[in-house]
Amino acid sequence: MKYSLVFILFLVVCITGEVMAVPSVADDVLDSIVRQFSIDEVEVTARRREEPVIPVQKLEGARLAGLSTQSVADAARYFSGVQIKDYGGVGGMKTIDVRSMGTNHLGVFYDGIEIGNAQNGTVDLGKFSMDNIEELALYNGQKSEIFQPAKDYGSAGTLYIKTRRPRFTDGKNYNLSITMKAGTFGLANPSILYEQKLTDNIHLSASGEYTYAHGRYHFRYRKVLPSGAVAWDTTAVRQNGDVQAGRAEVGLFGYLPEGKWHIKGYYYQSEKGIPGAIVNNVWTNSQRQWDRNAFVQGNYTQRVTKGYDVQVNAKYSNDRMRYLNPDTTLMYIDNTFTQQEIYLSMAHRLAVVGVKGLVPHHDVNWDVSLSADWQWNYLDGNLANFVYPERNTVLAAAATQLYWKYLKAQASVLGTFIFDKIHQPTLATPTAYKQKPQFTPAVFVSYQPILREELFLRAYYKRIFRMPTFNDLYYTDVGNISLLPEYTTQYDGGVQYDKCWQEGACRAVSVKVDGYFNQVKNKIVAIPKGNGQYRWQMMNLGYVEIRGCDVNASTTLDLTHDVLLTIAAAYTYQKAQDLTDPNEMTYGGQIAYIPWHSGSATVNLLWCGLSVNYAFIYVGERYHNSANIPANHEQPWYTHDMSISYDMLIRQKSKADSRKSDCSPRLHFAIEINNMLNQQYDVILNYPMPGINGKGIVRLTI
Amino acid sequence: MIALVHRLLSLSASGLISLSVAILFSGCRQNVIIIPTEEEQHGEKQNTEIAGFYLLNEGNMGSNKSTLDYYDYTTAIYSRNIYAEANPNVPKELGDVGNDLKIYGGRLYAVINCSNKVEVLDARTCKRIGQVDISNCRYITFDGKYAYVSSYAGPVSLDASHAQIGYVARFDTATLQIDATCLVGYQPDELAVVDGQLYVANSGGYMAPDYDSTVSVIDRTTFKEKRRIVVAKNLWRVRTDSQGLLWVSSRGDYYDTPAKLYCIDPAAGSVIDSISIAVSAMDIVGDSLYACATAWDYINYKDVVTYSIINTRTREVVSTRFITDGTETQIQKPYGIKVHPLTRDIYVTDAKNYVNPGQLHCYSSDGVLQWSVRTGDIPAQITFLTK
Repeated sequence: MKYSLVFILFLVVCITGEVMAVPSVADDVLDSIVRQFSIDEVEVTARRREEPVIPVQKLEGARLAGLSTQSVADAARYFSGVQIKDYGGVGGMKTIDVRSMGTNHLGVFYDGIEIGNAQNGTVDLGKFSMDNIEELALYNGQKSEIFQPAKDYGSAGTLYIKTRRPRFTDGKNYNLSITMKAGTFGLANPSILYEQKLTDNIHLSASGEYTYAHGRYHFRYRKVLPSGAVAWDTTAVRQNGDVQAGRAEVGLFGYLPEGKWHIKGYYYQSEKGIPGAIVNNVWTNSQRQWDRNAFVQGNYTQRVTKGYDVQVNAKYSNDRMRYLNPDTTLMYIDNTFTQQEIYLSMAHRLAVVGVKGLVPHHDVNWDVSLSADWQWNYLDGNLANFVYPERNTVLAAAATQLYWKYLKAQASVLGTFIFDKIHQPTLATPTAYKQKPQFTPAVFVSYQPILREELFLRAYYKRIFRMPTFNDLYYTDVGNISLLPEYTTQYDGGVQYDKCWQEGACRAVSVKVDGYFNQVKNKIVAIPKGNGQYRWQMMNLGYVEIRGCDVNASTTLDLTHDVLLTIAAAYTYQKAQDLTDPNEMTYGGQIAYIPWHSGSATVNLLWCGLSVNYAFIYVGERYHNSANIPANHEQPWYTHDMSISYDMLIRQKSKADSRKSDCSPRLHFAIEINNMLNQQYDVILNYPMPGINGKGIVRLTI
Repeated sequence: MIALVHRLLSLSASGLISLSVAILFSGCRQNVIIIPTEEEQHGEKQNTEIAGFYLLNEGNMGSNKSTLDYYDYTTAIYSRNIYAEANPNVPKELGDVGNDLKIYGGRLYAVINCSNKVEVLDARTCKRIGQVDISNCRYITFDGKYAYVSSYAGPVSLDASHAQIGYVARFDTATLQIDATCLVGYQPDELAVVDGQLYVANSGGYMAPDYDSTVSVIDRTTFKEKRRIVVAKNLWRVRTDSQGLLWVSSRGDYYDTPAKLYCIDPAAGSVIDSISIAVSAMDIVGDSLYACATAWDYINYKDVVTYSIINTRTREVVSTRFITDGTETQIQKPYGIKVHPLTRDIYVTDAKNYVNPGQLHCYSSDGVLQWSVRTGDIPAQITFLTK
């Protein structure tokens, strides 16, 4: 801990010296240098960065590359306001909870279209590899964009996962990159990415990946007596955490004079062990899970006439999950669920006033948009008394955006219409359930008080809900068809300040501070029912209030002409209170697994092709139940990760050439060491996390 | 304006400094100390033959939070979570999902379902003597030198039904070694000994909706299943009364078949009576069978709670309200019941929502609330310790 404290103090010194930057600005500075060494960096755009109305946190470019991240969940930990639920290991389930509103309130979008799970609403972010991801963006509220499908308005927070778009430089018409990662837990993870310029306007991208890990690691539980003497101290090996997964993706990108299109096919298949909880006398479990996720999706965006744009999105997905408990001393379970989704969306944007609007104006930009989505979901399963639920969802959104000098404002309203049907095997005709139509608004305002200063004051209000999932409503014995949606209301006020310099040691500074108040009403919770043991029923019971503060700060320093140092830190304070029942001792308690304090810090040092990265994650003390008593207390945990990478050109024509050429074959080497101080911790009670672990990466790019 | 910005920045910076300092002093990971026993004074001191009682908290599955509490009548002190302090060297403490608790021959036996063991403790000091490993063990009873434990983990049929036959394990209480097992019905729960025969209630809980509906009768000397008595779906509790009759509860199928209580004459080997009440927990003292139950009401989507006293001689419900002062509204989910054999004080545990800590309520024999105390998670079984 000593090291991290020194580091925090160091950060504080940086902040008092008023040296902070928007990560994105910093990344632009970095990119111009890094780009010479790697094609894996983001496109550097010439346009002036428009500050969004809605605050966004992004991980991209050099900073993302420098983090040791195997999956999207690992990367998402660096965002402020985010709590990760991690069951440990390469194959363990990982989900995130934004601003304590619950995992199911986060919409996860893959290349622009939401990944659904109508069955239980949970998207396991541990399944999404970081291999071909170039940007992760987290929005509180919704994306700062009104030209988008209605679905994009439909979550309390949204995570956008963006895969790499093909880019071709210096007359090259293909890119090939082959990567091999290997490390602890028996990890072997080869991957390939191939990009081909089919025509000037049609580009192809294909990528594939295979992951294997035996998943075994040592873990240690230890307790002491009040005197400090060891009470017990046990080390064991995590078993049944093996994973085997394959991923294949093909994308076509088309560019039109006034538009673009994109089609993507995705296939993922995995088999893994479910390591389970470590409890007294039980050190291994034997449950297995098989997943298969496949989807095809496309987007077509077109300018129809001046000031009028249209986009169409479509998706079909087919996901299968099989769960097996082969342990015959327990209840034998072999369940398979298949869910299908069809999604169609059309969005229109009309630029009414503005430089490119119907009514030309230099100071005022006023856009309006209208979007409509239709989605069909069906779940098939082999459970007894299964009801084969089917859902039709119609979403309609109207939104408007106004930019007037220093004021930016955005407002939207989303209408949701849901029609469910269940097919009980005993009944000849299906039973229909129409959910009550829902209308939910959102308003965002941002104000720039001084012309030349990148200082923004902003506020937002958003009310949204999550529908009960198929499991909540219809699962055999557990489901409750009378469930209401779970509502969240968010109030947020914040300030952001950015500054960039072209010269001097300090190149960029950014500080963002947001305070918020959230309410979660009608929270869907499982309560025990009847006289059987462990028989549960879903109910709209909970009420939670969250008061929080997110702080993000970063700076980029140019130490000498070639050494760039970027420091970024995020801090979150959350008071998330269970206010369900005034007669219970849990009333007013901090809800399960939400720490009061959490944060992260990353340091990225860049010198020519060498990159040195350090990352620190801190999660403060928590309770695993809203009864905040010693028996429910969970220790803080924090990890220090380090990575070093080096990029080199294989063929150097000449020294001068080497710094410029983008098309020479190159090699990238990286070594990552995670949890350097070998901390033994649980994120979730009785699910031990790995201690020190590492990985080596070699990538050949031609 | 710029000055204001700078002021804001320095303010937030000083805020960050103080936060960092706060983290410095409070946010570090500490050594995890074994959870200490908490003591609270409740009720009046009593000087009878009964020294106190142990209460076993189940703990939710996977939480490893089964804990043991003790109430001492001589001091009127309730001690919460005594196992870890009494046995500080046992890794991962008592275990996951405590299912049954009994005292026999000066020893306390705790059946820990998901830790696949019967924990054997000294009944006075609570110090660990040993453990008997039995997978998916459920309930325990004793006769002579033997302990009998029901388990769900019998052999599995090779056909597609994957039906899992349960068994009863017999172990010597002196050596803690299992010397024989006897196959019974599907998912056996409680068991009782009457006249040299062992009666085991088979639930068939893993086979819903095709529940088992039999009581297995095992001959004590041969330790072989002699016959089955057909009772009703999804059997659970088996208790003996003062006349040597067996009282068996059926959970029903949660849909069309309601939960019910049956009376079996072991000598005749048949059901002699039934009472249309749901029973989730019961205790027989003298000629009174105290029962409480929660039955799910599918129309109103809530639990319907019932309390009743049955006279075991007349086999009639003599009371449907043994809590007489209206305080039963404080109980969210009655889960366990035990009656003091001498004072007839009634103890009812409240499991709440299975995740939050539960409560124990003590009522006088005439049903007036005496005291309440916070327990561990899912307080369930109580057993009295005699002096």
